[in-house]
Amino acid sequence: MAPQPALLVAAAGRPRARRSGAALGTRLTVASNPNRAAARLRLLEGFLQRTSVADCAQYALGWLNEVGGVARSLCLLRAGGESSLYTVAVCGFPRASAMAFSISLEDWSNPLVTAIVNRRETHFGAVQGVTDRRRRPATPFEDAPFRAIPLGVSGFADEPLGLLLVADATRSSNDDAWFAGALGQKLDQLLRHEAISDGDRRQGRERSLLYSIINAVTDPILLTDTEGRLLIANTRALTLFTASEEESEGRRGAVRMNNMLLSSALSSKAIEEIGAARRELLLVNPADGSDLLFELLSTVTEDPRHGTGVVSILRNVSDLRRASEELEENYRKLRVAEVQARAESDRLNLIIDSVADPIVVTDAEGQTSLMNEPAERLFTLSQRASAVQQRLVQSNDAHFSSFITGMLVSADQRRVGEIGLSDPTTGEAMPVEAIAGKIVSEHGELTAVVTILHDRREAIEKGKLYEQLKQASSELERKVQAATADIAQQNELLRRQAIELEQASLAKTQFLANMSHEFRTPLNAMLGYTSMLLQGVAGPVEGAVKRQLGRIESNGRHLLTIINEILDISRIEAGRMPLQISTFSVPDLVIEVKAELEPIILRSRLTVTLDLDKDLRPIATDRQKVKQILLNLLSNALKFTHHGGVTISAERMPERIVKLTVRDTGIGIARGDQDRIFEDFRQLDNSPTRAYGGTGLGLSICRRLAHMLDGHITVESKVGAGSAFTLTLPMGRR
Amino acid sequence: MTKNTEGARVLLVDDYPDAREMYSEYLEFSGFQVVEAANGMEALERALEDHPDIILMDLSLPVMDGWEATRRLKADERTAHIPIVALTGHALAGISEGAKRAGCDAFVTKPCLPEDLVKEIRKVLGEPSHAAAKKVRRSAKHAKNVN
Repeated sequence: MAPQPALLVAAAGRPRARRSGAALGTRLTVASNPNRAAARLRLLEGFLQRTSVADCAQYALGWLNEVGGVARSLCLLRAGGESSLYTVAVCGFPRASAMAFSISLEDWSNPLVTAIVNRRETHFGAVQGVTDRRRRPATPFEDAPFRAIPLGVSGFADEPLGLLLVADATRSSNDDAWFAGALGQKLDQLLRHEAISDGDRRQGRERSLLYSIINAVTDPILLTDTEGRLLIANTRALTLFTASEEESEGRRGAVRMNNMLLSSALSSKAIEEIGAARRELLLVNPADGSDLLFELLSTVTEDPRHGTGVVSILRNVSDLRRASEELEENYRKLRVAEVQARAESDRLNLIIDSVADPIVVTDAEGQTSLMNEPAERLFTLSQRASAVQQRLVQSNDAHFSSFITGMLVSADQRRVGEIGLSDPTTGEAMPVEAIAGKIVSEHGELTAVVTILHDRREAIEKGKLYEQLKQASSELERKVQAATADIAQQNELLRRQAIELEQASLAKTQFLANMSHEFRTPLNAMLGYTSMLLQGVAGPVEGAVKRQLGRIESNGRHLLTIINEILDISRIEAGRMPLQISTFSVPDLVIEVKAELEPIILRSRLTVTLDLDKDLRPIATDRQKVKQILLNLLSNALKFTHHGGVTISAERMPERIVKLTVRDTGIGIARGDQDRIFEDFRQLDNSPTRAYGGTGLGLSICRRLAHMLDGHITVESKVGAGSAFTLTLPMGRR
Repeated sequence: MTKNTEGARVLLVDDYPDAREMYSEYLEFSGFQVVEAANGMEALERALEDHPDIILMDLSLPVMDGWEATRRLKADERTAHIPIVALTGHALAGISEGAKRAGCDAFVTKPCLPEDLVKEIRKVLGEPSHAAAKKVRRSAKHAKNVN
């Protein structure tokens, strides 16, 4: 875009100066004297070569001196618009002083001014006296006579052009008139030319300055003619109202729209009705299509030469409107915030009042600005307060004030302290814990101090109770410790007793073992000799002797059994019967047991049947103990059975269990007695003259042995129908 | 060693005279030759002098107990081959094990009827000689380790 495109438009209505040089020759009068004519021609030719006013005037005065013999002359001209005539050329005077000579056109008393205004050649004779001098204007001619010849007139405006002052010479005024006319025309022409080019330059400068100014204005400014056609527009206006062909269609559309809107706003009718008026004009921003709201100020300018135009200034009020809308919005928000703040404050008051602890808010000067109801009870006087109450309230106030003062002067943000207040209603001392916090504004300025007072009475009471509780607790603890020590002592005692018992038990076991050895040694001899006697080692024995020896033998065996069983019990109790695990065949064992008791079986005349699972796999357990159990069970069965028989069965049960059952058809055991038979030294017939032998330890030992092998013994029996004792054993590890 | 046990010489070691006498009487009645000893020391002497075919050894003996005597007998090349049957009235567990460790070839708990003892002697002597020898060797080795 050209920097000053508006100049093109602006130049349109400017009038052009008329050229008058071509008419010069037509005004020349025909000279009668050929010499004179040649001289005049030379002057005119000289004029043609001169382009500057001063140069031309100087040349003319030179020609006058040469041709007309005028030794001294001055040429004065009026510079454009000035109200004075200034010397532009001199002849015959010292140049420096003569060039300073000027005539003010406003000095109407000056005869020279009169001469110019009247356009009449005026003759000033030599000064004769004082009166003459007073009437004469001051000129470089001083008292010398001279003539003042007006230099034609300006062609453009009827204003005096200049004045020619020539020394009085005997010359025809006809010649002078021609010269003045020719020079006047030439100078007028040159002056006008200079004026025009000066004016052009000045106007150019002024115009560019003007355009710079209007372009610097951010508001669009335009000059339109009465038809709404754009004559002048500043840069801002051009972006709104002009678009070149290269611009996008959108932009050009926006510009067309803007022109339409502007034309209708500036329509002659609208202008006539409103004149210079303010209107709102909504335009489109061609750059982004957004709405732009302008305030349109139009002024009609009347110019007789250039016609009527309209100067319009568009002031962008989009921002203003936005600002006003924002203002409104902010105001609304403010109102809402105010309402909220009030609600908040109400709620805060409610909260503060609902707190049971006194709350006091003080301002930066320590003046109370807010307190809740509990605080009021402490610090404000009721109307019916007694003198004592008044004193208490004042005392409370004083205590609190000193606390707050301390808080205000300190740098602490928070302070916790104790204040000794009194309850004005009851008069009792009320120590409180005061927790104060400073509220500081955004600018770090203290705005308030909030203090919460917490009644310490309850806490103190609780503290006392706690102290008592602690004492009681430590008392209890002491007692418990004492008791624990007692228990520990008793435990230690018990432990020692246990050790002693253990030792005693061991000693007992050892004693029993030793005793049984001592018992057995003589018994061994007794049984041995009896056996030998019965076998006839010492000679044949018969009849009663043999029967009596048999009694000795059986009683001896019984005694041996008792000794063995007592020994077994004591060994089991002392835990001195270790397991000796081996893998063996159950049927083989049963057969072995039966074989060992064969003499008794024969004697009993009972049938002993074996029912053995042939596929029963060997089991891993203590063979000796299983054998002992089976021997016991079988001998019991034989002992308590008088008719029928005994069956020994062995079978495999699920989960690697072996079940061995000894079933008889004997006397049986009543249900209620079935548990008791496993107790130590228990035989159902407890009378001293019981029918069956035995210690009553057998089943007890069997049950203990079964437990040692992780098995157990159960009994099923019915009085008179026989019994079945079952030993179940785990088969042991694979 | 012969399978025929008739006339075999038995060294009977027991400190209890009645028992010694009883077994001795019955063993002779059963056809054995009997040599007697009342303690471990005597047992060693008799074993070396009288070359018994079998030794019946009571374990709790004065002067030198049966275990010690057995270990020494089994440690001595001259006597190591003689089978030893332990005799004891102590029925507490572990005793038979201890006796076997000491080198005893069999174990009999008192009270033991004379005829049962004879049965045991015949059983031990009736075992094949090579088996008995093997047993002896192993026992001797074991006994050394124990010492």
